Amino acid sequence: MDAAVQVEDLQKSFGDRVVLDGVDLAISRGTIFGLLGPNGAGKTTLVRILATLLRFDAGRVRVDGYDVVGQAAAVRRTIGLTGQYASVDDLLTGQENLFLLGRLAHLDRGRARRRTAELLTRFDLEQVAGMRVGTYSGGMRRRLDLAASLIAAPPVVFLDEPTTGLDPRSRRNLWGVIRGLASEGTTILLTTQHLEEADALADEIAVLDHGLVVTRGTPGQLKARIGAERFTAHLEVAADLDRAARLLPTASLDAQARTVTVPLSGPDELRSALNALSEAGIALTRTQVTAPTLDDVFFAVTSTANSETRR
Amino acid sequence: MTATSPTNRSQIFWLIADTSALAGRSIRLELRRLDGLLVTVLLPVLILLVFVYIFGGALRTPGSYVDYVVPGVVVLTCGYGASLTATALTQDLTTPTIDRLRSLPASPAALFAGHVTAALLRTLFSATLVLVVAVGLGFGAVASPRAWLAAVAVTLLYILAIGWASVLVGVIARSVEAAGGFSFFVLFLPYLSSGFVPPETLPTALRAFAENQPLTPVIESVRALLLGTDLGNHGWKATMWCTSIVVLAIPASARLFNRRTRQ
Repeated sequence: MDAAVQVEDLQKSFGDRVVLDGVDLAISRGTIFGLLGPNGAGKTTLVRILATLLRFDAGRVRVDGYDVVGQAAAVRRTIGLTGQYASVDDLLTGQENLFLLGRLAHLDRGRARRRTAELLTRFDLEQVAGMRVGTYSGGMRRRLDLAASLIAAPPVVFLDEPTTGLDPRSRRNLWGVIRGLASEGTTILLTTQHLEEADALADEIAVLDHGLVVTRGTPGQLKARIGAERFTAHLEVAADLDRAARLLPTASLDAQARTVTVPLSGPDELRSALNALSEAGIALTRTQVTAPTLDDVFFAVTSTANSETRR
Repeated sequence: MTATSPTNRSQIFWLIADTSALAGRSIRLELRRLDGLLVTVLLPVLILLVFVYIFGGALRTPGSYVDYVVPGVVVLTCGYGASLTATALTQDLTTPTIDRLRSLPASPAALFAGHVTAALLRTLFSATLVLVVAVGLGFGAVASPRAWLAAVAVTLLYILAIGWASVLVGVIARSVEAAGGFSFFVLFLPYLSSGFVPPETLPTALRAFAENQPLTPVIESVRALLLGTDLGNHGWKATMWCTSIVVLAIPASARLFNRRTRQ
């Protein structure tokens, strides 16, 4: 068995509420696996189970070949965890936080000190290493939190919504760091609510909804299944709607919003749609090209859910 | 790089190493919370001054009131200081700190022991401060070095008892505010003991409570040892109370912690 993470028929309920309803996953070594899903889909619960923090009702879960129940101590020496909320101490400096966690990860003093210095450099925190974390920006804090989970150089890392609350630039920075980790052979499980993020980072994606993996595949496969971008034109006059619909046979209409929406398979279709509308003299107030969103993913996969779910 | 190689050191070694690392963390955090630190250090001294100068003149006790009240204030200081463990622990348990710790090889027992160790050091510091001020106010301890050691031992045992009871409270409490309530309880308890007034002066019901609660033998032991009066059976009573609390609180805390965290 060469998977870094192997989950078989995992079930977990809190009281009557079923949170994981038979999840199967396998993550290959050295890859980034994106677990995509809305709030309440069960992403955090799954990560907590993988990190030995939570018991489960049924199924089998192995990390790096170790059973998370029977061999929890071995699993803890194998993993790094970054939760949704920073777990570093605000009143300690960045350096103190990392060194402390190094000691608690049972590195000897010298190694803990070296790893602390390495990680501070790598995460661009050298300048603020001696400052209290309370004074850090959101991005710096997130980077420190990620550094903290890497202190013992674990081969498997779990990142639970690592970029939540970050501005776009900090988010891009963090993506770079995550890619760098994977390129060194670290296996990464990343949860996110954003298709864009999973698309940018993951080798493979699973979509979790109501405790079930509703679809999985590479980002390319997934997007092909969901459909591509859409073009929406807002018309100035409602009377033009019928004419626009005749010009664009694949369009769907929204009479109240006075819009026509056309699915696009490429830039040519966008050009011809715009040309057709302009040649017919239909006045537009606004145009919009939208990428498929998570909503579209769910809409697309739930309609075929019966054939896709479970084994 | 692969995972940290599993070490062949014993569990006890790591428990001690993790405890000292986490105690160091607690102490550092406390030293940097300046407002909290001032309260912890100054409150006991203020209470001592209030009793000696404000109530002292009106209170009738055998011997001087300073001599009577100092052991009570010392024990109050120790109990209050140790009880702050509850809020500190609940704080860790209600924030992602605990998830981080639990995903590391360190044992959660080290978190408890680290907090208690930090409480022990913090409390001994403020108790020493109270004693220094007390001597300045005329506290006349006549104890021999051996009696001093015995008094310190009783005090340590009491700090451990309240410290571990606070761990139990900290594990049970769902919010820092709830855990904080325990400190007020511990701060109040010495008033219903022989700490500030002789129990004989209390109404019957209160007197029964005061004479039978654990603080009275603890305070009476410290008082007898420091002032060189008759220890009676207070020494072993205090030891029994404190040891029982520790022995009950440790496994109960472990059990409730597991229930709380693993669901």
